[in-house]
Amino acid sequence: MSGVLVVLEQREGAWNRMSFEALAAGQQLAAKLGAELSAAIVGESVQSLPWETDVKPKAVYAVEHELLKTYTSDGFTSAIEQLIKKLDPAFVLFPHTYQVRDFAPALATRFQQVLISDVIAIHDGPVFVRQLLQGKLNADYKQTGPGPCFVSVQAGSFRAEASGAAPIAMEGFTLELDAARIRNKPGERFRESAQTVDLSSAPIIVSVGRGIGEQENIAIVQELASALGAELAASRPICDNGWLPMERQVGSSGQTVSPKLYLAVGISGAIQHLVGMKGSKTVIAINKDEHAPIFEVADYGVVGDLFEIVPELTKAIAAAKS
Amino acid sequence: MKIVVAIKQVPERDAQVRVAADGKWIDESDLSYTINEPDAYALEEALQLKEKNGAGEVIVVCAGPERVQSTLREALAKGADRAIHIEADNLGDLDTVGVARLLANAVKAESPDLILTGLQSDDLGLGQTGVVLAELLGIPHATLIMHVEATPAGLKVKRELEDGWFQYVEMPLPALLTIQSGGNKLRYATLMGIKKARTKELKTVAAEAPAHAAAVTLERVYLPEKQKKTEILTGTPAEVAAKIVEKLKFEARVI
Repeated sequence: MSGVLVVLEQREGAWNRMSFEALAAGQQLAAKLGAELSAAIVGESVQSLPWETDVKPKAVYAVEHELLKTYTSDGFTSAIEQLIKKLDPAFVLFPHTYQVRDFAPALATRFQQVLISDVIAIHDGPVFVRQLLQGKLNADYKQTGPGPCFVSVQAGSFRAEASGAAPIAMEGFTLELDAARIRNKPGERFRESAQTVDLSSAPIIVSVGRGIGEQENIAIVQELASALGAELAASRPICDNGWLPMERQVGSSGQTVSPKLYLAVGISGAIQHLVGMKGSKTVIAINKDEHAPIFEVADYGVVGDLFEIVPELTKAIAAAKS
Repeated sequence: MKIVVAIKQVPERDAQVRVAADGKWIDESDLSYTINEPDAYALEEALQLKEKNGAGEVIVVCAGPERVQSTLREALAKGADRAIHIEADNLGDLDTVGVARLLANAVKAESPDLILTGLQSDDLGLGQTGVVLAELLGIPHATLIMHVEATPAGLKVKRELEDGWFQYVEMPLPALLTIQSGGNKLRYATLMGIKKARTKELKTVAAEAPAHAAAVTLERVYLPEKQKKTEILTGTPAEVAAKIVEKLKFEARVI
């Protein structure tokens, strides 16, 4: 058992960009271990996919089958299980995508192993760092079982160097899949309604979180956003409660933003939110908990009661603008 | 339809957590606990399915020390019919497969049509107990589910995908689903519900000895290193507001 295998993700011939971040993590791990790096891509006809990263693994396997055209947990688990049995890698890395979350834990179970999920750093050992308690703490995990060690890599944690599209030679991998053993029947992907708010291009965003307490209180944050000429955004719980529409959600299940200013009001900063706003140029956070993880990524922080600070800030901005 | 909901008890979200003296977990001495929020959505989905079908049973199951019984009682007060407590004081020594095995043993005896759980826990956040449980039981699963509908052939579920996309997936029963938040509105326990819960069955079963050594171990927990040097602005609300306006003008240059 040796080597690092990174399983990349594509859909209908388009890369999931997180694949290259996982590949960068795989490269880093392989370098630490002095091991070989290989990659695999799963789908129907993936051999022609152009390579868009500077990282060049020793081998790239095209795991192809007509039953892998559309993602199913049964199909992907069985296909990758067959590949791992053949290659016998010591480590298998994935991007921490929704798709990976759906099948990788089952895949690991087939090898009597456990997926170390949403890893944000890899230290010597190897030690895999992930977050606990909504980002309040970090934790070091180690593989103690016989392996292979399964790891998924959180978005934005490893830098993927992009390069122009270039062809790459892939090795075919033949496998056996039985249609009768694929139990789920997935339908077409769809969106609820046309996305009318494009937060990704907004230069200023005021974002509100759980700290706001009640729906009626959102008005004070709306006033602040209006005074600043900003788009109003939110973390997941606000949209879950129906206090703001889902399309205003920033985070791994919402939009990814990179404004000049991100003003986070009453947002604690769980990793699912941070991955959506880490690219912001300046981050200002207002939160009553001085240990809130949002302060780890904020340039300026205010520890205090948002109900006292936000109205004052709205007034001060209006005065400064007039 | 017989539905089992696997729930977890976790520290309250607002809890001030401190690293325990051995640096391997948090200090649990004065923590207050609650139901893991994604699991509350799973329970809600189960209760609504039962109400929609007009028949069936909702059984909540939770592994952990004695204190988890308060969370099970709360689930009973909201409308679950029965509860199973898998008594285990050493959950921290188990990995996901170990925990899922405990649940699998308890669930197998019930042979439910459907198993629901939250998509991840607020404490460990590994997001895999449900998927592993399905694998151990040999039943199909789907994750991040917003809506569940019974069909003549089994289930039709709505899955959340990334970036605002969704998908319907059909599958046979028995099956396991992990529920995403936001698909439903959570209910509160009524006074009547709380009264009724006292008479409902809460069965305690002993956890079996772990069948395999943990494949991964949590070596150390610690406060995250700061990625940025945060300048904390202090003063009265008016002073803080004035300081922020300065930063908006001269640093962020958005005014």
